[in-house]
Amino acid sequence: MCLTIPGKIAEIQENEGMRTGRVLFGGIARQACLDYVPEAREGDYVMVHVGFAISVVDKEQAERTYALLESMGVLSEELALKSGETPSS
Amino acid sequence: MKYMDEYRDAKIARGLAAEIRRRSTRPWVIMEICGGQTHTLMRYGIDELLGKSVELVHGPGCPVCVTPLEMIDRANALARRPEVTLVSYGDMLRVPGSETDLFHIKAEGGDVRIVYSPTDAVELARKEPERQVVFFAVGFETTAPAHAMAVLQAERLGLKNFSLLVSHVLVPPAIRMLLQSPRNRVQGFIAPGHVCTVVGVTEYEELAREFHVPIVVGGFEPADLLDAIRLLVCQLEEGRAELENSYTRSVQYAGNRAAQAAVERVFEVADKKWRGVGEISSSGLRLKQEYAAFDAERKFGLGSVTAEEPNECISAEVLLGHKKPTDCTAFGTRCTPEKPLGAPMVSTEGACAAYYQYRRHLVTL
Repeated sequence: MCLTIPGKIAEIQENEGMRTGRVLFGGIARQACLDYVPEAREGDYVMVHVGFAISVVDKEQAERTYALLESMGVLSEELALKSGETPSS
Repeated sequence: MKYMDEYRDAKIARGLAAEIRRRSTRPWVIMEICGGQTHTLMRYGIDELLGKSVELVHGPGCPVCVTPLEMIDRANALARRPEVTLVSYGDMLRVPGSETDLFHIKAEGGDVRIVYSPTDAVELARKEPERQVVFFAVGFETTAPAHAMAVLQAERLGLKNFSLLVSHVLVPPAIRMLLQSPRNRVQGFIAPGHVCTVVGVTEYEELAREFHVPIVVGGFEPADLLDAIRLLVCQLEEGRAELENSYTRSVQYAGNRAAQAAVERVFEVADKKWRGVGEISSSGLRLKQEYAAFDAERKFGLGSVTAEEPNECISAEVLLGHKKPTDCTAFGTRCTPEKPLGAPMVSTEGACAAYYQYRRHLVTL
């Protein structure tokens, strides 16, 4: 129930006073309410929970975090190889 | 899917786990609050990947699990009324009440329906004006904005046949209760990333300061959780106790103001009973007086119902992190997801269900 997943806004519509969007999750499209993310635009990724977008995914932060995690993954693996530890352990 | 798959990269996960093992000088006790995070940890075997560097204990963050037995009994009573259509999220249907569950009531002819979003329930009320549609609104801070919007939408549409059976809980009072307990062993917390997406992080900052306990806001993919654990281990090793945010792609410091405004308009903070735990002051939400017309408890005069928990179920101890699901004598035998004794075995977010699903009862850790 508490599942919240990122999806890409394909289209924004007005639906009886509510701002909604067609959001793509991989190959699946679902309607989501966008009233809580007034800044969201088509093409943005939003985190969707029980049919409501609760945040716009911050692209810059995501890229920065990912680069950090990736470098740490590579670095640790190198360290492990140097010390003779099996990386998959 | 973008922003999900890359955080499931095995190489990154192994690297982070190696870093945690390298930094940790003793088995630090870390609790993840949210049941969704519990499932990620079990599903990807993160507990095994970390070995003895960290002990992970699981918190009370499963809304289905902490919904009091009395509320399940009230939902069951409503579902039996001929004029009522009881609408809920799928995982509420098999939660055992005192006598039965919604699934059995549905099988006996009760009008019980499952939806993905509360707005679907509003739509149902609009399409079927002769039915009294009651939505079983269970959840934490993440779900409250959706339930608030359902009420506002029903009000806007002038619907007289829509109401909520509210069982809403708040995370920070539960963390406070855990930290104040003389039995507390938890040394660091992973704060729930989607709750914080809505409410922001200020309350967690206060908790970290007041109790001198490290708290890191974490996401839900393996790399997110490993990064949160890494930051906690660093803090613990260095003797720091701060609030850090590892889930910056979704969580902003102040949270989502628009969502907070809707929740404040419709709900107010109230004392709340947690299943298996008892009453925690100011730990829940109820509908404000001006929205009483949308409150199923007042509308249908459900009054006070008391109920007793089954003796054998140790869900209270599991929800507080004192015991692991595998410590229960009924686990995997008299209590399974098909025939659960308690809620943590039912919900997709329950710790017992996570242990059972990923077969932790068949392996020795």
